[in-house]
Amino acid sequence: MTRRHVIIGSGIAGLTAAETLRERDPGAEVTLVGAEAHPFYSRPGLAYLLAGALPERQLELRTKAELRALALDRLVDEVTALEPEAHRVRLRTRGVLAYDRLLLATGSAAVAPDFPGATLDGVVKLDGLDDARDILRRARRARTAVVVGGGATAVELAEGLAARGVRVHYLMRGARYWASVLEPAESALVEEGLAAEGIELHRHERVVGVDEERGRVRAVRTSSGAVVPCELVAVAIGVRPRVELARAAGLSVERGIAVDAGLRTSAPDVFAAGDAAELRDPDGGAGRCDVLWSSAVAHGRVAAGAMLGEAAALDLRPRQNVMRLGGVTTTVVGAVGAGDGAADDPDLVAIARGDSERWRDRPRGQAFHDRGARFRIRAHVGERTVVGAVVLGDARAARALAHLVRAGTDVSALGAGLSADPEHAVAALVALGEAAEQREASGAARA
Amino acid sequence: MSDFALLDPALPLDRLRLLAGACVRTDPLRCVQCGLCNYNCPLGLDVRGHARRGSSILEPRCLACGECVRRCPREALGFGARSARQEAP
Repeated sequence: MTRRHVIIGSGIAGLTAAETLRERDPGAEVTLVGAEAHPFYSRPGLAYLLAGALPERQLELRTKAELRALALDRLVDEVTALEPEAHRVRLRTRGVLAYDRLLLATGSAAVAPDFPGATLDGVVKLDGLDDARDILRRARRARTAVVVGGGATAVELAEGLAARGVRVHYLMRGARYWASVLEPAESALVEEGLAAEGIELHRHERVVGVDEERGRVRAVRTSSGAVVPCELVAVAIGVRPRVELARAAGLSVERGIAVDAGLRTSAPDVFAAGDAAELRDPDGGAGRCDVLWSSAVAHGRVAAGAMLGEAAALDLRPRQNVMRLGGVTTTVVGAVGAGDGAADDPDLVAIARGDSERWRDRPRGQAFHDRGARFRIRAHVGERTVVGAVVLGDARAARALAHLVRAGTDVSALGAGLSADPEHAVAALVALGEAAEQREASGAARA
Repeated sequence: MSDFALLDPALPLDRLRLLAGACVRTDPLRCVQCGLCNYNCPLGLDVRGHARRGSSILEPRCLACGECVRRCPREALGFGARSARQEAP
């Protein structure tokens, strides 16, 4: 019997799941429901659309031919209710849709700010393509913008608006940028890059209210008493998983929809993937959320396998992301903890896009650094392995260290030599990482 | 791999060396499919498709001009030795 697979959500987790289902079960009915009417697009690419580095159509992820081959029944509609016992979902305009297997790939949504005036015309966020279009339209008229928040999205908003000729004030609540992941010297490199792009940084400063004129943003009032006239307030204080459907249907929900390593939810035949899913800790601890493209792709594949009855499980190796921050390519992988003891980032009320909660783990072992005018490298070495790394501005070191962390390569051969000669420790680790990568490459070639 | 990574495609001799022994290699774990590589490829090659599959760009039409490598904001692309590892599946 043909299985009816229904996917809710048109992001990369949903698309990847649909493609995997089609590949492994060519005769299945695959229906994807999403509120966005756009062709599938790269959400992280919106940063480069804002900055004017590429046109919108370039963000489209698949060609028309690829989509035809996928033979997907794609519905632009809103799911209003999930009825797991009846194995069906209710749609706003198309009535009822029955399923054999259901995937919730509902993504995440920006947290709304709570300062007075937060709902005024001119207060913007960056969740999707419609938001990016809205910001670009407003940037054509705006002279000045205030950006608040943290993580990659706040910087992308600041850099994108600056690239469009808007004067940008970036307000940080603390002393420096992204204190929960970066060390002070790393924040400084990003901040230098932002300043070089003409962005004005304000430390220990927060929005206390937004003044309006005929319902539109006119100025921002700050905690130090300053009044910053502006037409735009761009907010990126974090995102939260979209869990409303799952919660209303009685599924187990923590911050995200709780799933096991096979992405199964608490309801039979219902799976969750991507930003919306929260992986339960097998040891009973708190679950972890990722808002990463690579995680969403992996989730989509594993969830599709599980929907087909395969014994699929997620790869639980350390998470990696690469971001462009202040013009500096920044790689974060594994446990890198809070550099100066700050447990939280005052600029974020929830996880940011491009962020992983696992990075917050304080690494055990010793940290080694290498620094130059335009690069910062940090590697945390545990008993036998490199447990985490942050690399700004050095592609070679970033690849090699990320390989060591993800592969869990035994670096104990370097042993006490690292501590004895800390100045050359990073170089030794990078060399080891490159050698390990090459060994693996030649092994894969022989196999 | 690092030898090729240090070559500059803007220099004619380096470009010849790249064409002779190297190709653009991709790292799908670093790629977010933004499309900047495709947009900047003078020949319209589907670099993004290779990055999605993790395959190297072994297409004879590739000029080794390095535009995609230079423009990638996430360092998902780089020059490396031609090897059997990343042949397109």
